[in-house]
Amino acid sequence: MSDTQIAREIDRSHMQVSDEIAIQITSMNKWFGSFHVLRDINLTVMRGERIVVCGPSGSGKSTLIRCINRLEEHQSGRIIVDGTELTSDLKNIDKVRSEVGMVFQHFNLFPHLTILENLTLAPIWVRKVPKKEAEETAMYFLEKVKIPEQALKYPGQLSGGQQQRVAIARSLCMKPRIMLFDEPTSALDPEMIKEVLDTMIGLAEEGMTMICVTHEMGFAQAVANRVIFMDQGQIVEQNEPYEFFNNPKSERTKLFLSQILGH
Amino acid sequence: MSDTHSETVAYVRETMLPQGAPPASEVGVIKWLRENLFSGVLNTILTVLGIAAVVWLVQAALPWFLHGVWNANSLTECRQIIAETWGEGAHGACWAVIRERWNQFLFGFYPSDLYWRPVLALALFFAAVAPVLFTEMPRKLLWGSAFYPAIAYILLWGGSLWVPISVMAGFGVGWLGLVAARRTGLPLLGPVAVLLLPLLWWLFLAGPAAEMLDRAIPLWVEEVRSDKFGGFVLSLTIGIAAIVLSLPLGIVLALGRRSDMLLVKALSVGFIEFIRGVPLITLLFTASLLLNYFLPPGTNFDIILRVIIMVTLFAAAYIAEVIRGGLAALPRGQYEAADSLGLDYWKAMQLIVLPQALKISIPGIVSTFIGLFKDTTLVIFVGLLDPLKGITDAVRAAIEWKGVYWEPFIFVGAIFFIFNFGMSRYSMYLERKLQRDHR
Repeated sequence: MSDTQIAREIDRSHMQVSDEIAIQITSMNKWFGSFHVLRDINLTVMRGERIVVCGPSGSGKSTLIRCINRLEEHQSGRIIVDGTELTSDLKNIDKVRSEVGMVFQHFNLFPHLTILENLTLAPIWVRKVPKKEAEETAMYFLEKVKIPEQALKYPGQLSGGQQQRVAIARSLCMKPRIMLFDEPTSALDPEMIKEVLDTMIGLAEEGMTMICVTHEMGFAQAVANRVIFMDQGQIVEQNEPYEFFNNPKSERTKLFLSQILGH
Repeated sequence: MSDTHSETVAYVRETMLPQGAPPASEVGVIKWLRENLFSGVLNTILTVLGIAAVVWLVQAALPWFLHGVWNANSLTECRQIIAETWGEGAHGACWAVIRERWNQFLFGFYPSDLYWRPVLALALFFAAVAPVLFTEMPRKLLWGSAFYPAIAYILLWGGSLWVPISVMAGFGVGWLGLVAARRTGLPLLGPVAVLLLPLLWWLFLAGPAAEMLDRAIPLWVEEVRSDKFGGFVLSLTIGIAAIVLSLPLGIVLALGRRSDMLLVKALSVGFIEFIRGVPLITLLFTASLLLNYFLPPGTNFDIILRVIIMVTLFAAAYIAEVIRGGLAALPRGQYEAADSLGLDYWKAMQLIVLPQALKISIPGIVSTFIGLFKDTTLVIFVGLLDPLKGITDAVRAAIEWKGVYWEPFIFVGAIFFIFNFGMSRYSMYLERKLQRDHR
């Protein structure tokens, strides 16, 4: 657990929460075999929200966001993403997945393709964008994550921080309306965490709807508009960041915060 | 007295040291010899023993090779020449048998005035396979490769040109079916059309169509029947056809075995386990004897085609397991990344999973291919003249070559080695080329 300091000034002019619902989860339950991982989850995410989900390991936070693009299947309750309900209907799943970007802890870049090919693959094959246009978009986002010069290299030749920024750019190339981050900095060296967080802050400043599972409390305080604390598969507490960190209500939250912030 | 030495505290280096030259024992021949041959007492003994064994082998075998006779008309003549030149009791190879009968080892009983046809077929094979093996070549050449099977068929067997054309037309029928199914927009119709229409075409329409066209416009090439095939023409025909066909089938089986669909999975597992559990010879007997019972009466299904089918199924089962290993070695994250980008199953397999899984499986796949190619000699058991035993026995049956033993085996073995070594080198080249990390 780290607490990287966010030094830069944050531009909040585009960070607006609209009253349009982006994701609605109602009484959702999930089991792994007989283990009840997610218990009665109710969560509504408005467009433009920046939500940080935290909690001890095994609390179900990763599973929760993986349910949102159906990398995991929920067994009861409803999940509606951008007006499309996630059911076993493959068409809906593909539709949601092409609207929701995801960034993984271990980057999951495609090692057999160059950076540029990693970025253009989904636009070309899923969105049917012409190759040239897809490459232009890819270069635009590579500039944005500040590594255009690596376009023709392979993922194995990049550092962890660079790989994660490529992974973010890869998701952005699909022009998603929602971004999910599953512990994006947990596999990185401390000096690389900052460059990835910078990229994520940049996204937040542009008004992207984001749900981030992370232990970066500095990031939560700087850009999140809501922090959710999960334990044992349930949402225990949620609040706006200042209140959450300075005035936690439940004992579990207090204990958790004292463990990660108390040093 | 202070409890730390004054020099251990607060030290700052002012100049960085340049790279130094390594000591003499770390470079050159001496280092190599010491590290690789004489690194200890045991290794020194092993090195000496190894060198002694090599010397002994060469000493024993070299005269036999060097005393070889190329010009003779029979084994007796060979022995006579060797005895005259090198003295009584000298051993020597009788290469004259190869010189005399090389064409049989290579072509079996293929008509000698038509030797150019299998040679051309092999040459065209290398031309057709080049754009597949070397991705630097223009992709358009692949269209030429697609027609190679029909060309090879007509070159090897001859007969009516309409037969391979009407068989190839089956793929066209499948493609038209796919296009038509896409138009209707029903999701399952496409795969069904692709599988079913060509099958129906081949079973019921291809034969009559070829016959009709043949009657209208007869286009004939001199026919060579399967019983004339033998030697390396036979081995290469079966080997190449089975290699080319077993890879796609193996991929399908490997994907089927990992499928979530119970029926597909059960069929794949059942097929793989059955085929792997049975010796190849059993399958070959099945091909030669039983298969005819299952086919409609009156169909004269060529024995070589039957063997190709069996060898293909046999190799495909092994290849499926090799590829399954490659699929299992891929991190789950690769599947998840493909899913999260919205790629459907087939696109994820084609673009993300298979390129990586096949790369991991290259050594295993090529091993299977090499094994398959060598196993083509087993066709002797169904009465086909393989180069190793079938042709050798035929050659030795001649009175003048009775008693020749090593020379044909060495010759046939050398040709097998050239092909297999070529495959092995290609697999190493491919692995190096696809290397993507830490360059």
